[in-house]
Amino acid sequence: MNRLDQLFKNKKKDILNIYFTAGYPNLDDTETIILSLEKAGADLIEIGMPYSDPLADGPTIQESGQVALKNGMTLPLLFEQIKNTRKKTEIPLIMMGYFNQVMQYGEEKFIEQCVEAGVDGLILPDLPLFEYEKDYKNLFEKNGLNISFLITPQTSEARIKKVDELNRGFIYMVSSAAITGSKKGISPQQIEYFERIANMQLQHPRLIGFGISDYETFSTACRYANGAIIGSAYIRALANSKNIEQTTLDFVSMVIG
Amino acid sequence: MIEVNQRGYYGEFGGAFIPEMLHPNIEELRKCYIEVSESAEFQAEFRKLLKDYVGRPSPLYYAKRLSAHYNTNIYLKREDLNHTGAHKINNTIGQILMAQRLGKKRIIAETGAGQHGVATATVCALMGIECIVYMGSVDIERQAPNVSRMKMLGAEVRPATSGSQTLKDATNEAIRDWINNPEDTHYIIGSVVGPHPYPDMVARFQSVISEEMLWQLKEQTGNEDPDIIVACVGGGSNAAGAYYHYLNKKDVRLVAVEAAGLGIHSGESAATSVLGTKGIIHGSRTLLMQTDDGQIIEPYSISAGLDYPGIGPMHAHLIDTGRAEAVSITDEEAVKSAFFLARIEGIIPALETAHAFSALDKIDYSKDDVIVVNLSGRGDKDLGTYVKYF
Ligand SMILES: Cc1ncc(COP(=O)(O)O)c(C=O)c1O
Repeated sequence: MNRLDQLFKNKKKDILNIYFTAGYPNLDDTETIILSLEKAGADLIEIGMPYSDPLADGPTIQESGQVALKNGMTLPLLFEQIKNTRKKTEIPLIMMGYFNQVMQYGEEKFIEQCVEAGVDGLILPDLPLFEYEKDYKNLFEKNGLNISFLITPQTSEARIKKVDELNRGFIYMVSSAAITGSKKGISPQQIEYFERIANMQLQHPRLIGFGISDYETFSTACRYANGAIIGSAYIRALANSKNIEQTTLDFVSMVIG
Repeated sequence: MIEVNQRGYYGEFGGAFIPEMLHPNIEELRKCYIEVSESAEFQAEFRKLLKDYVGRPSPLYYAKRLSAHYNTNIYLKREDLNHTGAHKINNTIGQILMAQRLGKKRIIAETGAGQHGVATATVCALMGIECIVYMGSVDIERQAPNVSRMKMLGAEVRPATSGSQTLKDATNEAIRDWINNPEDTHYIIGSVVGPHPYPDMVARFQSVISEEMLWQLKEQTGNEDPDIIVACVGGGSNAAGAYYHYLNKKDVRLVAVEAAGLGIHSGESAATSVLGTKGIIHGSRTLLMQTDDGQIIEPYSISAGLDYPGIGPMHAHLIDTGRAEAVSITDEEAVKSAFFLARIEGIIPALETAHAFSALDKIDYSKDDVIVVNLSGRGDKDLGTYVKYF
């Protein structure tokens, strides 16, 4: 069974998903970061494939991607790193990136590489539902690779149902109309949106992301969904880190409380 | 037939590869852009503004001395004489009317050369709507007169400081702004790029160029069809406008002129048709300059409006299928042509447009041919660059 599906079967609440940009702060930190996050108590890990033009990302993730690319991160190298790390851990791993990276690598080859390296799912924010269903659904399903689609406060009910139908793994609930890392705190309007989605009785678990950064935002998000996703705040912690393992332990305990 | 399909594809190019955050806006536009822009009421207002405010029709001018020099017949489609000095305003008039009908209260735009920024700031002033223009820091410097114009028109110019700090990065920032402001904002894209329906919508608004060419050529030559149409391609909006009504007339040759910077293979170039491969940029599947690993390559051209690592999906399709011929022109060749045109016809072209004129040195033609060069814009904004060559 896919490790992600296993996780969601066993754990229904307070699921912590942490994002990091592969190749940041240093080219070879991937394994250290993954193992430290697991040890610190993260439930799943989202590995960002650094991209030159990340349209949905704010300055923090953009800059970490620039550094990672300058450090020499590439997809072949990243797959190699993940494959080696996978020998030491069974924590669910997903990759997040932009569809052009997948296209250039070759869609079929990319998906096969994911499976071979032990990746459990993908998040490709600029691969729309329509294109996915038309061209790629069969490929994902044949290979047993999960894919998470995004919903936002502006997504219509009909479209959310479509997402729930095509999605495999968790649904990525974007907390507000924003790029990553931009807003602080959770407003009453956001709570209303969280409740509205919670009441829809979707078949897939939901994780809330964008603007989740600390104990307060994480625990609020967990009240309305199965868990939450943290990205920019962890990248900022890594930026000042002298010791990745210690920084990660401190960061995760700050979030979990 | 060269036409976009319902999902925004020209052959295999186009589509809408956008994050979910943009879906409601793009879907709203996609559903209504044809119906709204073709309504009698919209057309009446659009046409009236093009005539009385922009100054259309733009003249088709027989360039006698230039023709003698090249020993053929060259006509110039004078988009440089439009209000604000380029073809860009045809599109911004159309899109501001669209934005009003969608009830939007805030306009964002990206700009390279600043011509689209000025054209957007202009229509926002005209309609009393807030305007924010994203512009790469490098372009803010090299197109300073246009930055001042935008400010005088009441727009806020926000520098894009990531990447190569040029048009690509300004476009990224505008898209991020739109993600952050999904409800009250309309994004006026300045070329035939971006997710569907933008390439088709912008091409339709720019198609007034070739619509006029049909009757102007008929009047002046007796034949509405030229032999060759030459236009520069940044994203491709002036070219799309000049080609539009001739796309399915196989006997009319279409020449797309792109920027080779310091030389196609110098590593400092924006020659997408030669260096580009299939991929996604700004929500569109098209040709773009990228590494094997799918990272977008930072382009270079002396001309801010051509300094873009992709081309619109319509042009990718036209070039890929052989319908259009691509010609690449270096900085040096373009500047030389700008000086030549100034001296032989008394017209100072924009640096972008100068690339189109340089193509006359590269393409085949015969003595009896009728060639239309789309004179997309005037060179006032580029004097700072030109004086360096005095
Ligand atoms: C005068 C002029 N011509 C051409 C261009 C290139 O854009 P497009 O290819 O969309 O016509 C620009 C862009 O700024 C411009 O200002």
